[in-house]
Formats: sequence, structure tokens, C-alpha cells
Amino acid sequence: MEALDPLLAEHPFLKGLTPAHIRTVAGCARNERFEAGQFLFREGEEAHQFFIVRHGKVAVEVGAPPRGAVTIQTVADGEILGWSWLVPPYRWRFSAQAKELTRVIALDGRCLRQKCEEDHDLGYELLKSFADIVGQRLDATRLQLLDVYATEPAGRHR
Amino acid sequence: MSSVLEAPRPVEAAPRPDPMLPVPFVVERTQRETADTFTLELLPQGGGRFPFDPGQFNMLYVFGIGEVPISISGDPAFPQRLIHTTRVVGAVTKGMGALKRGDALGVRGPFGTGWPVEEAEGCDVVVVAGGIGLAPLRPALYEILAHRERYGRVVLLYGARTPDDILYRKQLHDWRGDFDLDVHVTVDRATSAWRGNVGVVTTLIPRVPFDPYHTVAMVCGPETMMRFTVLELERRGVPAAKVWLSLERNMKCGVGLCGHCQCGPKFICKDGPVFPCVDVWDLMSRREL
Repeated sequence: MEALDPLLAEHPFLKGLTPAHIRTVAGCARNERFEAGQFLFREGEEAHQFFIVRHGKVAVEVGAPPRGAVTIQTVADGEILGWSWLVPPYRWRFSAQAKELTRVIALDGRCLRQKCEEDHDLGYELLKSFADIVGQRLDATRLQLLDVYATEPAGRHR
Repeated sequence: MSSVLEAPRPVEAAPRPDPMLPVPFVVERTQRETADTFTLELLPQGGGRFPFDPGQFNMLYVFGIGEVPISISGDPAFPQRLIHTTRVVGAVTKGMGALKRGDALGVRGPFGTGWPVEEAEGCDVVVVAGGIGLAPLRPALYEILAHRERYGRVVLLYGARTPDDILYRKQLHDWRGDFDLDVHVTVDRATSAWRGNVGVVTTLIPRVPFDPYHTVAMVCGPETMMRFTVLELERRGVPAAKVWLSLERNMKCGVGLCGHCQCGPKFICKDGPVFPCVDVWDLMSRREL
């Protein structure tokens, strides 16, 4: 079985963690693979995991009847997927579907929440990392909401 | 040897064409790119060449309707023909879109500053385009790819509104296949048939390999998209001093006389449209301008 400590230690998302913390996180981690079309999680389900995508592509989708599932974002190699495990009510707001063969490191949220309660230094470092991810996603979502390409005024390119 | 007392003979300068006088061109070919964009290939009436720097623009005059500033989107290595990709938004561009092979068009230019393709030699190059902002960047890509050995990694990050709005689709595909250029495309809104990336173009920046300390970035798109891009490049370690932007204002004369395109102390038509980011960053976030 592949040791996950070195992989986690090299990942930029966990760069603030000490080797001891990395070992703790690795204790809550396992490798998983998803075939194209398979769901990592579905909207409304309990959220007790997050994922580091090692390889592949995952579509984050939301059901929007009558349009069906709308992809609002894709997550690719090296990126982090999921933060609903971190805050109550621990329920996925979106669904995540593999668009191609996808390998991930899955981290058990319940296990990590427990470790963070026991070790606040670990909790603080993880929260800093997630705050960064949430901030990036918020920036991207705001830019997406602006729909900037639809509102380009007349000018040099037109 | 001439004496210092002798007055130097004035050098006969070639007569410069009047920048306010449109030169007639003829439409050689038209190409529909997306539902609302098209490309015109123009030849000078009576032949000749039209040298330009990547990033420069022309004033295109549709007779009887009016004149608009349009960036040049062709290959600078082929100055015999002039290529412009345009989006239909008003009366002039609508008239331009209705032109057929053989129709005439007035051209003034080329105007303004170009992309720093020479300054970028020896560096990685990250080109970030949003929407029709890919059109003014295409000449820079042609130039860089023509001298590919002079550059490190060359990355094109392109964001469009939807899959149907992707410009130069075949060329992007070809570039990606050539292995010379790392091409990443994303769309803000996807249809179910789309299998590529979804998300704004800034989300591609953390994904691609380049050396942020030896990178020159060239960015063109809506101004909000460019501001977010600069911030994301900065987060990645690319200093603003190594980022160039192409600004857009209401250009009219093209030579810095009329003031229509003035943005603070800058005339976009003459001092730009391509600026080092550090020269215009403060202006971009000022609401009054």
C-alpha cells in the first residue's frame, strides 16, 4: 500500500504543516479512484470527506431544473475539492462527477475534525489553507457572476 | 571627412502617409468565427505591404457608416494582407460584417504600442486572453512561435463565455497539437456537451507550469478580467512589472490629438493600447476614469 505521507508533505495545500501533523493527516487519508461518470459525492448528502485530486478532472455540478445538471466549475490535477465537511451542517451543496478517470487522495472529515479538536495548531493550519481555497473560489465565482464577456462594450476589438 | 563647421545634409525622409487619411483596402475573404464575431482578410487596393507590431490597432472605416478602432489579429510575418477579427456590437461593425469579397474599406494605422515580444526573449511567456481579447494577442503568438527557440515555456490561457464563443477553435486545436504551445481553454458557462474546463480564466493560472521569476505575461480581455488576472499572477509570484495589459477606450483619431481615449495622463491610442501593468494599475481601479 502506498504511503501517503510523502505525497501530502509535497502538496502546496499542506505546506504549513509539521511532519508530525502530516503523519496525523495521513492517518485520515486513503487513495481512491473514480471512473468517468462516477460521482465523488452528490448534492444534499452528508459531507464527511474532502479530496486532493492527484490526476483527472472533476465537474462540480448543481441540479437546475429544467436545465438538468449545470457544471459550475471543474477541478483538475493537484487541486482541492470540497469544504462542506468543515462547517455544519456537513452537507454537500453541490455534486462532483469525474469527467475522466480520476485518482484522488480522500481525507476523512470526521477523523480530521476530531484531530483538529485535539490539536488546535493542526486545526489552525488547516483552516488557513482552507480559507485560502475558499477565498480563491469566491473570487472566481464573483468574476463568473459578472459575466464579463457578455457585457464587453463597443471598442477596439469590435 | 566632413568638417564640424559644415552643416549636416538633411536626410531625405520618406513621405509619411497622413495618419488621418484612410487608405482603401479590399475585402479578400470573410470568415464567420462565432455567432457574433467574424474575421476580415483585407488587401491594399493596388497592392503593397502593411507592416505592423503585434498588439497595434487600425481605424477601419466602413464607407457611409463610420469608423471604429479594431486590433490587428493577423500574422506580422505576412504584411501583404491585413486581418481583423471583430465582434458585431454597433452600426459600424454590423456594416463591416455585411461586407463581401471585393468590397472596399478605409484603413488608418497601424496605431499604438505593441506586445513586448522582444523583451520576453529568454523568459517563459504566459498569454492570458479573455473573450475576443484573444484577437489582439494572436499576432504576438505568431511572432513568438516563429522564433520559438528564443523563449522558455509558452502558455496560452484562454477563457470564453461559452463553448460556442471560443474564437479560432481550429487554430487552438492545431497549436495544442504542435507541442510548442501549452494551450488551456476554459468557459464560464458550459453546456452538457462540453468536456473541457469550466471556470473563469484565472483558475487556470495555478495549474500551469512556468517559472514566475522569469516570466513575461501578456493579458487582454475585459478590464475586470485583467485586474483579477494580475492579482492571480501576483499570487503565483509574477511581479506586476512583468505583466503587460492591453487597454481599451473610445479611440477616435488614433494619434493622441482628440482626447476621446484619454485615461488620466495617458492617451490609450498613442501611449498604449499595450501598457506595462505598473503604468496603468492605479488608473484601472479609479472609478472616475
